[in-house]
Amino acid sequence: MVNRGDVKPKNKQMSNLVYKYMRPEHLPHIWCPGCGNGIIMRDVAQAIENLGLSRNNTIIVSGIGCSSRAAGYLDFNTIHTTHGRAIAFATGIKLANPSLEVIVIAGDGDISAIGGNHLIHAARRNIGITVVVMNNNIYGMTGGQYSPTTPKGAFGTTAPYGNLDRSFDIAGLAYGAGASFSARGSAYHVQQTINIIQEGIRHDGFSLIDVASVCPTYFGRKNKSGSAVDMLKWQRDNMIPAEKAEKMSPEELKGKLVLGILHQTQYTEFTYAYERLIKRLYEEREANE
Amino acid sequence: MGDVVLMQGNEACVEGALAAGMRLYAGYPITPSTEIAELSALRLPQEGGKFIQMEDEIASIACAIGASVAGVKSMTATSGPGFSLKQENLGYAVLAEIPLVVVDVQRMGPSTGMPTSPSQGDMMMARWGTHGDHPIIAICPSSVKETYDLTIRAFNLSEKYRTPVLLMMDELVGHLREGMELPDKEDITIVDRPTVKYPDPKRLPYHMKKGQLVPEMAPFGMGQRYNITGLIHDESGFPTNSIEEAEKMMNRLMHKISDNYEKIKDYVTENLEDADVVIFCYGGTARAAQTAMEMAREKGLKVGIFRPRTVWPFPEKELEELSRKVKRIVVAEHNYGQMLLEVQRVVKNNCIVGFVGKWNGGVITPQEILAKIEEA
Amino acid sequence: MNRQELRLAGSGGQGVILASVILAEAALISGRFTAQSQSYGPEARGGSCKAETLISDQPIGFTKVQNPTFLMALTQKSLDKYGPGVDENCLVLIDSALTAPEGMKAKTVVSLPILDTARNTVGRLQTANIVAVGCINELLGITDHESMSKAVLMHIPKGTDKLNMKALEEGTKLAKAWLEENKR
Repeated sequence: MVNRGDVKPKNKQMSNLVYKYMRPEHLPHIWCPGCGNGIIMRDVAQAIENLGLSRNNTIIVSGIGCSSRAAGYLDFNTIHTTHGRAIAFATGIKLANPSLEVIVIAGDGDISAIGGNHLIHAARRNIGITVVVMNNNIYGMTGGQYSPTTPKGAFGTTAPYGNLDRSFDIAGLAYGAGASFSARGSAYHVQQTINIIQEGIRHDGFSLIDVASVCPTYFGRKNKSGSAVDMLKWQRDNMIPAEKAEKMSPEELKGKLVLGILHQTQYTEFTYAYERLIKRLYEEREANE
Repeated sequence: MGDVVLMQGNEACVEGALAAGMRLYAGYPITPSTEIAELSALRLPQEGGKFIQMEDEIASIACAIGASVAGVKSMTATSGPGFSLKQENLGYAVLAEIPLVVVDVQRMGPSTGMPTSPSQGDMMMARWGTHGDHPIIAICPSSVKETYDLTIRAFNLSEKYRTPVLLMMDELVGHLREGMELPDKEDITIVDRPTVKYPDPKRLPYHMKKGQLVPEMAPFGMGQRYNITGLIHDESGFPTNSIEEAEKMMNRLMHKISDNYEKIKDYVTENLEDADVVIFCYGGTARAAQTAMEMAREKGLKVGIFRPRTVWPFPEKELEELSRKVKRIVVAEHNYGQMLLEVQRVVKNNCIVGFVGKWNGGVITPQEILAKIEEA
Repeated sequence: MNRQELRLAGSGGQGVILASVILAEAALISGRFTAQSQSYGPEARGGSCKAETLISDQPIGFTKVQNPTFLMALTQKSLDKYGPGVDENCLVLIDSALTAPEGMKAKTVVSLPILDTARNTVGRLQTANIVAVGCINELLGITDHESMSKAVLMHIPKGTDKLNMKALEEGTKLAKAWLEENKR
């Protein structure tokens, strides 16, 4: 463990952002060359930097899978939990100490398959945590099995004849479950994604940002999507900003992904409501004494 | 001394937990433990604590672990089916060394079984339910008063040893109402986890200074930034693939419980001085055993009781010694013979081991135990 | 009497468990040992329900009723189920709408209009369990009237004090009248 504080990095190759918010002693990361997860992790760090959050007061919670390794690389209070359960652990942390900024970093299988129940209920409860999904449309850590976001017809090691399942739109799922903030970013759209994550963290309530990642090693190879660069180019060419998408017909949007804040509303955040309940009971007791 | 109040076992669990400092409860409704959730929902916000009904059993234990990581004493309660679901995260808390109390008000199983019927069928799941080798502390109360006291002890042990502690109740005690004396606050001993006093960036979160029982814990947000993981980790809290480090960690986990066996063990004995036959029992079954012993004594039979209140770690040293002095040990439990296996393992051929079990949702009666005692 | 084993049976929703809890509370108030438990099926309403209260001068070991010294049944079904199991010394209290099953050994069967009194005299059928508590206390002498009132008040919903005190009163009266009539 190194005390880096705000000291500048000695190595000129290392950016200030990496030095300040990551744990260089645990880098390089284990993600494959071309993986989108590193970009998304950096987006999270940049959003935190832009917001000026305290490192001591910020908690990163992850589950299991490729995405979950981010917790080990980021220099905050970090907890690498069990598969699918990051949101449930995060709920306990946030409820115990609502002054903490709790950010969950999860994968698509992690958050929408094994952890799907926690996702929809955290959304319904409107607990003030931010969930960033590194959505690579596949189970990468276990070697390329199809996930709930693998498109219908796409291939995976457990979908050798093409995926028969329909896929989840995680941002839409969160919205449907009552999330007060749901958005989509991508590994390609760095600046937009940083802004969206920032807005998600600032949002007072449950926020979910479904970030399209790329997995050239498994998804790309299985589906002949080309190189990592080709996959990022796909994002460039097929993601439509939300403002623009509003004016497009469903036919025009077929096969495209909408980028930006898809839904934002305001209702009472859960831990705030609970603190208010405690205060009310206290005041009632005082009044009776 | 405080007031004598009529209380249900499940209620005594909540009041004991509150007295021990529980300030967060996360749970999911399940018979016959639901009253624990209901009373927690009512009482916690009155004490400045929090209650949350989670979406499922897995989320409940995960949430309770999260709260503990943030520095708040927490608890979750369930029954058989829910206890099965909690096993993975129970192992997480063991490995990551997160203090936590998990209550299982046992009901008859397997599967949905007989939800309102008593059982002690989860005793081996308590010991071995989560995957991988691990130590565990499990406690069984036999009365409402004991439920109160032992819930406090469960919290204290979990804090002291930084480990989840299981309170293995059963329907007999959970749904039993009896009078109990509420102790005065100043008479209750409360143990808090060893905590990092000030942040030190050089500090290794799982490093122990000489003489320490467990590494000091830093609640998230206090300024000590570190990593917690369910992967085997070294003192830095980061994953390792080193065989040496894995061995070191596993040994430390095992030894923090086994080396402190003398302090953790807790059992009650009655009439062992002259006993020929000893009833081995725990939890709600002890009430039938008590009456059976009294009935046997009236008949002039020399019968005693050996009753572990901490069942895991198993009081094997004491039982082994006892088995050399008596003719027979009769194990009474509401299952097909779970702790019986442990008794047989320890007793070997030192004396005869008899068994009174019940696994049909019914209750073992004193007469059934007496009949076994009288078999010679 | 050193040890009393009370079994109360009826249908879910009749408040049989609460009556059993109140009896335990009353025993505790009068300085005795008590153990109260219940068994029930999955139904919140209408299923069969059995509650037990043990009262003793000694600490209680086994917490279940084995040989009831008292049985109350509020439904025919529960009477048919538990009636035949009691011995001749068991005091049985039944609602007067019920018929004692053939072969019930109990020498004393007290038949009182518990449900009818709750419905028509007290004015709320839901108070039948408290009417029953009044009857039981008068028949068994568990505790004095004041302690019993206290026990009832500890366990009823706020705002129903008057109603339930009346129910307790009416129950006491029913049993008193029976005792007068059946003096040896």
